[in-house]
Amino acid sequence: MLNFSPSEGSAAAAAARRASAKPGRTIRVSVKRCEGPGQDSRWETFSVKVDRGANVISVLQQIAANPVTVEGKRTTPVVWDSGCLEEVCGACTMVINGKVRQSCSCLMDEYAPGEGDEITLEPMTKFPVVRDLWVDRSRLFHNLARVKAWVPIDGTYYLGAGPREKPQQQEVRYKLSECMSCGCCLEACPQFNLEENPADWNTAFIGAHAISQARLFNEHETGKALRDERLEVLMGPGGVSDCGNAQNCVKVCPKHIPLTESIASVGRAVTLHGLTRWFKA
Amino acid sequence: MAQQRVIIVGGGLAGLAGSVRLAEAGVHVDLFSLVPVKRSHSVCAQGGINACNDVARQQGYSEYEHFDETIYGGDFLADQHPVLEMANWAPKIIDLLDRMGVPFNRTSEGFRDLRLFGGSLFKRTHFAGATTGQQLIYALDEQARRYESEGKVTKYEYWEFLRPVIEEGRCVGIVAQDMRTMQIRAFRADAVVMATGGCGLVYGKSTNSIICTGAAAARCFKAGAWYGNPEMIQVHPTAIPGADKLRLMSESARGEGGRVWVPRKPGDSRDPKNIPDAERWYFLEEKYPAYGNIVPRDIATREIFDVCVNQGLGVGGENSVYLDLTHRDPEYLQRKLGGILEIYEKFVGVDPKRTPMKIFPAVHYSMGGLFTTFAKGRYNPTQPLPKHKSGSAAPLGAEVGLGMAMGEFANAQTNIPGLYAFGEVNFAYHGANRLGANALLSCIFDGLFCGVSVANYVRDGAPKARPHDQIPQGAFDREVEIEARRYKELAASASRSGDEKTNPYAIHRELGNEMTAACTVVKSESRLVQCLEKIAELRERFSRVAVSDAAAWTNQTLNYARAVGDMLIVAEAIAKGSIARKESRGAHYRTDYPTRDDANYMKTTLAKYDEGTDSVTVEFAPIDASLIAPTARTYGKTDKKDAKPVAAGV
Repeated sequence: MLNFSPSEGSAAAAAARRASAKPGRTIRVSVKRCEGPGQDSRWETFSVKVDRGANVISVLQQIAANPVTVEGKRTTPVVWDSGCLEEVCGACTMVINGKVRQSCSCLMDEYAPGEGDEITLEPMTKFPVVRDLWVDRSRLFHNLARVKAWVPIDGTYYLGAGPREKPQQQEVRYKLSECMSCGCCLEACPQFNLEENPADWNTAFIGAHAISQARLFNEHETGKALRDERLEVLMGPGGVSDCGNAQNCVKVCPKHIPLTESIASVGRAVTLHGLTRWFKA
Repeated sequence: MAQQRVIIVGGGLAGLAGSVRLAEAGVHVDLFSLVPVKRSHSVCAQGGINACNDVARQQGYSEYEHFDETIYGGDFLADQHPVLEMANWAPKIIDLLDRMGVPFNRTSEGFRDLRLFGGSLFKRTHFAGATTGQQLIYALDEQARRYESEGKVTKYEYWEFLRPVIEEGRCVGIVAQDMRTMQIRAFRADAVVMATGGCGLVYGKSTNSIICTGAAAARCFKAGAWYGNPEMIQVHPTAIPGADKLRLMSESARGEGGRVWVPRKPGDSRDPKNIPDAERWYFLEEKYPAYGNIVPRDIATREIFDVCVNQGLGVGGENSVYLDLTHRDPEYLQRKLGGILEIYEKFVGVDPKRTPMKIFPAVHYSMGGLFTTFAKGRYNPTQPLPKHKSGSAAPLGAEVGLGMAMGEFANAQTNIPGLYAFGEVNFAYHGANRLGANALLSCIFDGLFCGVSVANYVRDGAPKARPHDQIPQGAFDREVEIEARRYKELAASASRSGDEKTNPYAIHRELGNEMTAACTVVKSESRLVQCLEKIAELRERFSRVAVSDAAAWTNQTLNYARAVGDMLIVAEAIAKGSIARKESRGAHYRTDYPTRDDANYMKTTLAKYDEGTDSVTVEFAPIDASLIAPTARTYGKTDKKDAKPVAAGV
């Protein structure tokens, strides 16, 4: 099994791998499969011929059209979640060669440049598996509602423009707002664990993505109105103090969102909020 | 009396805007989506959203000119009143999105920044980095989540729409299937809104998301809804060829100064940076001095196609041309276009700030869709005005209700009462060709403006006398039964799997190749007839389709196969519409009928499904062209080869 992690290599090394890749080569694709919740997992390996530009999606599409393993056994197409295929929707996130990332932007020329090279595909581990590589990430969206990740507008009637904003401030908010709820930060986080029971979601660690979204809306002139409510949630169980500062989240974020900066910023706000509340009490 | 309920199918911009508007109006919304709504295809829109604004207004621009551009850009095929209303609402929609917290790019004073986009000489495109669609849908997703947390919106994510339930001649609910448990059941509603987007997957590879099959529209079509202008498929001039999809390179790359060129010498193998200016052919700038690289999409597409396919001047002899930004400051590019340039670098492995990009046209958007009606507004001149002179005073203001009468049941309603269509699946607004950055606008406009019509219909229309909970159960059971049987048959086909001829993936691949070859940039009668024969062959093979998975849990293969069958119906409508329209207009270009024929074809192509023969019939219906008289759509093209190219506008 191939052990290097292309995401860690330099851009030059990645480019060199891409340049060395031979179109028309055959690679091995090992997939961790599972028929459904509560079922055992098993590995299946497929042999796939790839051309320039091939990615995990095109490879899985090829397998789906003719699902036969390297042993010659007829199987079913692999089930996986996908959408835009250009890394803006977050759907196709999975664990590839042991690292979480989007599968659409995972190029075979980079991950399996040589004849017979192997890649491994596994579902994310912090969410319940639906089938094969498809996981149920409802909790991730639930946590956005926990921190009221929205601007409380007065409604959709015409009330003129929103607040003016300095370009520097817009740049900060835009960066945070690029979060596509893919869950990479949660998969990599040692504090965020699989919770199958929705009843536990409100007390388990909320995760870097939701903390960063709380910051995004606290930074907005109108969004600020809910600042205290957000901070209350983040002061409580599963809030910002559950972060163990491993800093894995920021390393795996495909959009390079400054998640640790958000956690630090929200952490300071929570501390201040706690003090103010104590003085007011 | 039961609480009024509306079902919205599709959670992209149109579906979410509609959900928010209806929930606010006190109507409960059941929102169905193949994916968590935040992952809908709207996220892919990059460039921006058009609207008249304070700066452009002082330079002479107006809502009316936006309207005029949209009609002209659409080659006079769209009904004109709805377009007028949409353009008039655009500035209000931008303000609303601004209030929702969309991080629009800002000027140094903190006002919303603007960029130049195809089809206009004014800066009227608002944008949030290079992921405007993503930012807009996130804002609406957040508002919908807010209503969801208040119990006013119920989401059914990973549920697939299978068919509308029609009873007493109107739509009273849907049948849907849970994509995980595979449960099929009916849902009652006082009205149903289809907001299911386009049908790019009919072409195999396109710029669309994997979910844009057109199947939902096809299912309504087969249930009796009419389909308007199916042949109007926009091919985007600049996409990045890929193995799984063709990724869009936004028009904003040209708006920010991107120049399209090929080496003058065929097959020139030099590094593009080493080819001197004199040996480059900036063919758009040469042929269209006024608009240069920002000519509308269909024109850019045909010119690129002509240069590569007919003249053999594509880069390295292949089907691609250069889209060059390397003359611009990399820091400026990063700030203005960072997101889209990263996509190119990510999927091609080359930095477009330093090396010209290689691009080629790809199927991008469907102007056609479910046919809908509208109620005319108050502005009704005795005769159509001549084309608006750019920058001159607008003949009327932008008050609400001049184009469409707000709140009338008819707005965005299909020919089936109670069944509405919003967004890309609504055929209105874009005529024969959509202008860049008008799609996001039409989606949100439908949700906000036509959402009011839906709210009024469920309160005061037919559902008032007979609300959804009073419709006999038999009407729903009957439809569930049909879908359950179809599902069972498909699942049982797994035992026959293994034959390439009946493999759904093979059928889809062949369909995509055929449609791309016959029904895109250039069409002709003989080739289209051949295409129809191929579709008939594929439909026959599909009748014996065999899936390779019999699982009763999360069976994606089965859902996919079912959608392939529906894509074949959409394909037939596209091909038949293409044959019937014996002229060239907008995105529809016929080599055997190269000119526009207003006398015979300034009409809506109306496709209908004939149940008896299980096939598509096509007729033409008159359009509302009462506001602007048609003129030739030339974008100031000049044939003078030595015309001095103007710098691309920035």
